[in-house]
Amino acid sequence: MILPTSRPGQAQRGTVWAIIPLAAVTALVVVPVIAVVIAGLNAQSLSEFTDSTTWRIVAYTAFQALVSTALSIGLAMPAAYALYRLSMPGRRTLLAVLTLPFILPTVVVGLAFRELLPFPGTTAAIVIAHVFFNVGLAVRVIGSLWGHLDPRMREVASTLGLTPIHAFVRVTLPPLTPAILSAAILIFLFTFTSFGVVLILGDPSLPTIEVAIYTAAVQRLDLSEAAALALLQFAFVASAVLVMTRLQHRLSVRQQLGDASPPPHASSAGERLAIGWTYILAVAVAIPLTALVGRSLRVGDGWGVTWYQRAFVPEEATTRAVSAAESIALSLQYAATATAMALALGALACVGILAARQHGAWLDAALALPLGVSAVTIGFGLLLVSLRGPIDMRGWWVLVPLGQAMVALPIVVRVVLPLLRSMDPRLRHVAATLGAPPVRAWWATEGALVLRAFAVAAALAAAVALGEFGATAFLVRLDTPTVPVQIVRLLGRPGEANTGVAAALSVMLLLMTILIVGAAERLRPRRSGGW
Amino acid sequence: MFGLQRTAITQSSRCAPPFPTPVHLASRLLIGVFVLVGLGACASSASPDSAPTTEPRVVRVVTHDSFALTESLVEAFEQASGIDVEFIPGGDAGEMVNRAVLSTGNPDGDVLYGIDTTLLTRAIDADVFEPYVSTPEALRPELVAAGLEMVTPIDDGDVCINIDDGWFAERGIDPPTTLDDLANPTYRGLLVAQNPATSSPGLAFLLATIARFGEGWVDYWMSLRDNDIAIVNGWSEAYLSEFTAGGGGGDRPLVVSYSTSPTAEIVYAEGPAPEQPSTSVLVDSCYRQIEFAGVLRGASDPAAAQQVIDWLVSPDVQADIPLSMFVFPARTDTPLPDVFERFVVRPTAPRDLPASDIARNRDAWIDEWTEIVLR
Repeated sequence: MILPTSRPGQAQRGTVWAIIPLAAVTALVVVPVIAVVIAGLNAQSLSEFTDSTTWRIVAYTAFQALVSTALSIGLAMPAAYALYRLSMPGRRTLLAVLTLPFILPTVVVGLAFRELLPFPGTTAAIVIAHVFFNVGLAVRVIGSLWGHLDPRMREVASTLGLTPIHAFVRVTLPPLTPAILSAAILIFLFTFTSFGVVLILGDPSLPTIEVAIYTAAVQRLDLSEAAALALLQFAFVASAVLVMTRLQHRLSVRQQLGDASPPPHASSAGERLAIGWTYILAVAVAIPLTALVGRSLRVGDGWGVTWYQRAFVPEEATTRAVSAAESIALSLQYAATATAMALALGALACVGILAARQHGAWLDAALALPLGVSAVTIGFGLLLVSLRGPIDMRGWWVLVPLGQAMVALPIVVRVVLPLLRSMDPRLRHVAATLGAPPVRAWWATEGALVLRAFAVAAALAAAVALGEFGATAFLVRLDTPTVPVQIVRLLGRPGEANTGVAAALSVMLLLMTILIVGAAERLRPRRSGGW
Repeated sequence: MFGLQRTAITQSSRCAPPFPTPVHLASRLLIGVFVLVGLGACASSASPDSAPTTEPRVVRVVTHDSFALTESLVEAFEQASGIDVEFIPGGDAGEMVNRAVLSTGNPDGDVLYGIDTTLLTRAIDADVFEPYVSTPEALRPELVAAGLEMVTPIDDGDVCINIDDGWFAERGIDPPTTLDDLANPTYRGLLVAQNPATSSPGLAFLLATIARFGEGWVDYWMSLRDNDIAIVNGWSEAYLSEFTAGGGGGDRPLVVSYSTSPTAEIVYAEGPAPEQPSTSVLVDSCYRQIEFAGVLRGASDPAAAQQVIDWLVSPDVQADIPLSMFVFPARTDTPLPDVFERFVVRPTAPRDLPASDIARNRDAWIDEWTEIVLR
């Protein structure tokens, strides 16, 4: 199945394109970490490395991240199959529902889960919340490749008498592995550095590295400890990502991708199970969301839209109570800019990674780093760079969308890259041989697929940017809060009106995501005609 | 955005060797898009910053995230003084102060508002402030003294245990009245408090117990632990989700919060305001936090910064503070809003500790607390 490629292993000129996204990651992520390490690392922080408490924290952080990742992927697989390979009613709605949690501020989800789960303050609660956040991402990343795999391979397998399980393991799984590892890397990074979920739902006696960095840097101003922890986090994340990315590159196979033929109806018991499972998963994800909608409509002992009105017309005009119209406009403005940046940087990155051939794994891993580095470290690091470096970046408006784009960039790369990598260049050769001009040949064979991948990436990037809280809040303090920041502010005060308006704003955030993701879904190009 | 996608996509055909022609075109397009995105970002960033720097004068006030004032007051001041006031949210109190410490001499703003007694010494030791104390006569002298001749007190408030009175009435149990009561088996499993390593009210409550029991605080916390106290990391989790009266279906009728929380429940309730708050305050547990404002060393216009601090202790702003931020004005001569007069309990002898003690022992106390309560 693995087709020979021309000049294997040699990096090509296109690699230079990756310099731009790489420079952005270096400036916004690597340099701040170095700044914190330079400012804080001393003999005392070295003792952190031999402290058993430190290693217990590292072990616990890795443990909960691995469990969360494995569960998210495992639970997403049947749904990815059902949603991208079978025809099922309500497909678009189900996909949207699964994506929604992704943009909710963690404090909203954390508080909702505290109410719903009988066991808050445990590792299980953290893991469940992590799966809730990430299962939709796994479905999309895995499904978008799965949908384009040639179904005939599996038909051949079953004709040859392989059992369904054998067929899955031998025939379906290998070409799917890059996408699975892609999703795994993203989710591992998200959960390894997850802050709000761990703080709100976790056991206060079991901090993660991220929480330990926060208490060291923000509460104690102990830069020596923060530097040691930041270094550990960086080293751990970098090596984990590198290993997984190399594995992914080694396992990627070229294959013929189709513009998926109309998906068949479920034919086997297993396929019906997969469809059933998808509905169960969507319902499970919808429960906290429905609770949120309920909360936003509950006014006193009755029901109403009071909190929605109040969100747009705050009762008292204070410097704190901002109209939802203002914060929504601001959020959309940032999200649009961030999405454009993430797509541009993502495209460059993909070109660079593919051109770099086997060295692409390094690039790929480096670009995923923004997800794995603590927002606190970046915030304090950029502050130190501004104070001691040549340029003072404090208050730079552009840092907000750029920070959001950094978080979205690895997602864009991971949605688009597996598809690009799996493409069979021979398709294009055939098209060219048959006389199609280059652009048309490309468009007819692959362009439509790539456009589709970018549309999906754009939707996810916009959703991430809309909901992004950590980087934005630490990089630039804004007079007008974005919607997530406004929600978090409201949840810092007692009183029904505050929690009510926070719930209403959360629901509006959900609606914005439904619109954006829905629009991207519709961007499916018309069936490309013959040459 | 659509155009961007197209060029980006064409560009990705670069990885395929046979068709170099569209690539160069695409590269140029892509660079063009980049420049445009960059320019757009710069243009948008320029608009808020490009206000002329000479007229009017601008004072940037760095605040914690709970800061709020009535908008019209700010506008009135700007009109009268010719000074533009910008409020920069600086994160939670700890983050705000730590940023100020790190950027000593080259600050994020000109005025820092909202530093409290638990962090003041850290900032003063780091030489963050240019001494400036605004002292209208009506300012309470004990608050002025707590500012150590460096900063001006703006407001104060109390961190207190809140009691869900209805819960206790339903069960015919008397609510606790002292800190000692909380160790009593009657109140087993009823209290939720915050982790002092991650939460400011959590730290205030720990300090209250240290102020009350001295060295005995260790034994006291062991008995609280044995009496099944619940610890969460932040205020929102404790109040909104664990407290029985916080709206989140919790099962703990005692929570560490603020003396004004029962009143806030009334102010932020929908419909006709209830005659009486449904929660009350355990006065013996109250710890006083004073909030100060200071001129940051390196402020671009120190004279204007001082004017802003004078304005913060002016009668108008002081009268606005209670309902904007649910704390008490530092002045004695401004009227309190009706709900404050009627419902807020003011402890006459709130617990507190000298700022220097806190600065010296804070980290050690938190470490010891962690050993006792969380391990």
